[in-house]
Amino acid sequence: MVFLSRSDGKHRHFDRSLAPRLAGPSWADLAAIALVVVIALLVIVGVGQMRQPLTALNAAPVDLQLLHLPEYALLSTLRMFGALAASLIFTLTVATLAAKSRKAELIIVPALDILQSVPVLGFLTFTVMFFMNLFPGRQLGVECAAIFAIFTSQAWNMAFSFYQSLRTVPKDLDEVSRQFGFSSWRRFVRLELPFAMPGLVWNAMMSMSGGWFFVVASEAIAVGNTTIALPGIGSWLALAIERKDFGAVAWAVFAMAVVIVLYDQLIFRPIVAWADKFRFEQTASRERPRSWVYDLARRTRLLPSIIELLLVAGRSLSALSWSAPPGRQTLRANKHIIRVPDGLWIGFIAVVCSGASLWLLRFISTSLTAADIISIVGLGFATLVRVAVLIAIASIIWVPIGVWIGLRPAWSERLQPVAQFLAAFPANVLFPFAVVIIIGLRLDPNIWLSPLMILGTQWYILFNVIAGASALPNDLREAARTFNMRGLQWWRQVALPGIFPYFVTGALTASGGSWNASIVAESVSWGDKRLQATGLGSFIADATAAGDLPRVAVGIVVMSAFVVTLNRTLWRPLYRYAERRLRFD
Amino acid sequence: MVVIESRNLVEVQKVRQVYGKSGGPDLLVLDDVDLTLKENEIVGLLGRSGSGKSTLLRSIAGLVTPTQGVIEFPKIEDGQRATVSMVFQTFALFPWLTVLQNVEVGLEAKNVPPTDRRKRALAAIDLIGLDGFESAYPKELSGGMRQRVGLARALVVDPDILLMDEPFSALDVLTAETLRTDLLDLWSEGRMPIKSILIVTHNIEEAVLMCDRILLFSSNPGRVIGEIKVEIPQPRNRQDPTFRALVEQIYVRMTQKNDDSQPRDGLFPGSGIGMALPVVSTNALAGLIEAINAEPNNGRADLPELASGLLYETDDLFPIAEVLQLLRFAELVGGDIKLLPAGKRYALADVDERKKIFAQQLLSYVPLAAHIRRVLDDRPSHKSQARRFHDELEDFMSESYASRTLKAVTQWARYAEVFAYHETTDLFSLDDPT
Repeated sequence: MVFLSRSDGKHRHFDRSLAPRLAGPSWADLAAIALVVVIALLVIVGVGQMRQPLTALNAAPVDLQLLHLPEYALLSTLRMFGALAASLIFTLTVATLAAKSRKAELIIVPALDILQSVPVLGFLTFTVMFFMNLFPGRQLGVECAAIFAIFTSQAWNMAFSFYQSLRTVPKDLDEVSRQFGFSSWRRFVRLELPFAMPGLVWNAMMSMSGGWFFVVASEAIAVGNTTIALPGIGSWLALAIERKDFGAVAWAVFAMAVVIVLYDQLIFRPIVAWADKFRFEQTASRERPRSWVYDLARRTRLLPSIIELLLVAGRSLSALSWSAPPGRQTLRANKHIIRVPDGLWIGFIAVVCSGASLWLLRFISTSLTAADIISIVGLGFATLVRVAVLIAIASIIWVPIGVWIGLRPAWSERLQPVAQFLAAFPANVLFPFAVVIIIGLRLDPNIWLSPLMILGTQWYILFNVIAGASALPNDLREAARTFNMRGLQWWRQVALPGIFPYFVTGALTASGGSWNASIVAESVSWGDKRLQATGLGSFIADATAAGDLPRVAVGIVVMSAFVVTLNRTLWRPLYRYAERRLRFD
Repeated sequence: MVVIESRNLVEVQKVRQVYGKSGGPDLLVLDDVDLTLKENEIVGLLGRSGSGKSTLLRSIAGLVTPTQGVIEFPKIEDGQRATVSMVFQTFALFPWLTVLQNVEVGLEAKNVPPTDRRKRALAAIDLIGLDGFESAYPKELSGGMRQRVGLARALVVDPDILLMDEPFSALDVLTAETLRTDLLDLWSEGRMPIKSILIVTHNIEEAVLMCDRILLFSSNPGRVIGEIKVEIPQPRNRQDPTFRALVEQIYVRMTQKNDDSQPRDGLFPGSGIGMALPVVSTNALAGLIEAINAEPNNGRADLPELASGLLYETDDLFPIAEVLQLLRFAELVGGDIKLLPAGKRYALADVDERKKIFAQQLLSYVPLAAHIRRVLDDRPSHKSQARRFHDELEDFMSESYASRTLKAVTQWARYAEVFAYHETTDLFSLDDPT
């Protein structure tokens, strides 16, 4: 010990700021306790529900009593968070593995890349069957299938973002942690996890937004001649559609809106406000995100103590040195030794992949001919035309509006949360209204069902454009005004290049989402009336309803191929171009 | 005079560091470097960027393993070996931890019990003058305060050797001076637990101000070209004639051409079209020519004086001066820079005339520029992919050096209107935008 501690009161001002306040429990404590207790009770009730055997579900099927709606909303929400927890676990393990091990990286990264753009709704058939066999006769199996469906819509982008964060840890901080000999665990909690946090939180938010769509789509599912309706908003909606009950649909919309606002206010806003401190920046110029729940939690005495309790456990974990500190690394010497097994490993993966493809091909070829497959690809083009036209129309509408809003801080502050809310709102809840209109006016479903595909995803374009326009540097706008740039010139040289990177992000998300949505949007019903648009989405939906697995498989493969090709040939080059040419730094 | 036997803390012997990608040419960063760090001394590693001095420091810190050679920590008191701790140029603070937590981080890694940890961290914070900032986050602090945190964090783990990698170069002049003085005070009063300091710097005055011994590094590859003992008593005064004389002497040593044993055709690594060039803007080149030409210099200026007059760090001035030398606009003589006839003509010319002179010098003395121009002249289309020249350069140097070199030449050629470059198509051409 070299530094002698001084207990002469020099640090008193400091101690005061760190020590817990000595006042009694405040109103904030009471409010926080109430909040925590309510949430805990809700979780207990909900989980109890889910563990019932399937026969209980059959005895008390989903009904349209308004009294049950809050319970259904609760169960849907729990499924969402169940899936989010699974996604987090997946992210923390798989993405970490990919970042740490070259061999794992070779498989995981391309796989994540593909999975990000695969239409997960198509998998529902397979997963439901798998999980029902896993827990025969129990509701838990179906629950797992539903949660898994949501999981597949959430996990990939979170894992990808986390992997990328781990690979871009700042060099100087990496050196500090190596120099002090951090154990792997300490490095993870002190450096890697905090550094990845903002990206992870943002992606989790995006995932949750997308997830509501799948909750609604996956709760009431018919596979072949089995129909299972889990109690939840999705099943309520399915039943309302079947019975042509307009009031019930409206209630579902209302319940959904309430749930989304609550989860945003109670869960995500506090997390975003908290995660702000992990932003890797050296200046504190930006306005910090705020949350009343977070402020409440910080004002309490109780919550910090609970967190402290959790941290103690974490600390004792971190005190163990889990692996020897990564000391002096011999980089050059190892390189050649690793090279050889790498080749073998890639070969092994290639063999496994081609084996799987062959198996899939044989599975498909039992009931499908080449002509069938060509016609399926043709259906893919039909859906492609829909997606392209819709993205174009949505861009023409939302880009000017988004720019207008983004340039007016007073408006963008108020409207940005609305746009994000709309993006999170599951558009499939609104489908029945559209169907009634199409039937009422006798419109051509091939054209008029298409807008449903983009109903929920267009908002990604809007809120990204708003963000882009508000990030337009002020001096650039002033320069444009000084030179009296307006009209076409202003759009061409100031606004469009300025928002382009943001627009590409939004359009990419919207297009991916639209492909996915086509599976539910191209084939909709109202009571006994069924509307169909010709396309790959309705093909997959029909094959699922008929339980025709080979067709479902081909449909998914073709759709994945379309999405991946589109990403590679259109969106990625655009993105790179935007990164290279149109950035403000 | 009594000679006190001081023990060696680190012995670096024949260290060589080679970076290279497989299949490509290797880049020799450190060549055959010896260094001994004794107790009770501040040693400076002084050299240009690219002289491998940071790499040497990182080898001693254990962050990099040298390709060849030995770094040994001899046993000192009770069989213990010296321990090290490092201060970074970029501060390297964890933005999500408070000042106190940042300082505690190293102790935490050593599993020091919390109460003990807190006590030691507070003592370090107190010592380094950070009282009152304990619960602040790094982003709330100024650069100087952040580097104090970096210093406290390095000291709190009780190291024998403090390694400092350009610790003050990211700070403004006044802040840097305050921090240097504070550090020297703590050192001379023996209030820090450390036995010696090894500091990397490119700032000659800083080295003379702080160090007992300075090792001069040449660049490309990094070698120790000299050792200078600074025997001026502390606290040192920058205006003191002996101080000035020593600074001047080091300038002269650093501007000397590389040792004659290895002939090269210039100042930059490589030769012919394979010469690795630094990116220096034509504005900076023109500015320096004008400054040398202007009163009171009249065509010949003392480099250290010129640097301080222009508010430049000398390290930033070196590449500009060397490009001028390459283009035969000026030459370095001793610590002075002198305009050559082309430089004088340039200084007096108008914009168009300047471009013509620049084009002439560029084509005559930068082989890569002449090479690209020749290729463009030979082709009927007068166009060529820039990628092609990049690949050609990579036969001689690493990818990042190749990019930098090509960028430099492109920039100069665009200014001189020797050839044009279009970024989206990645094409060199002889087109003039009309």
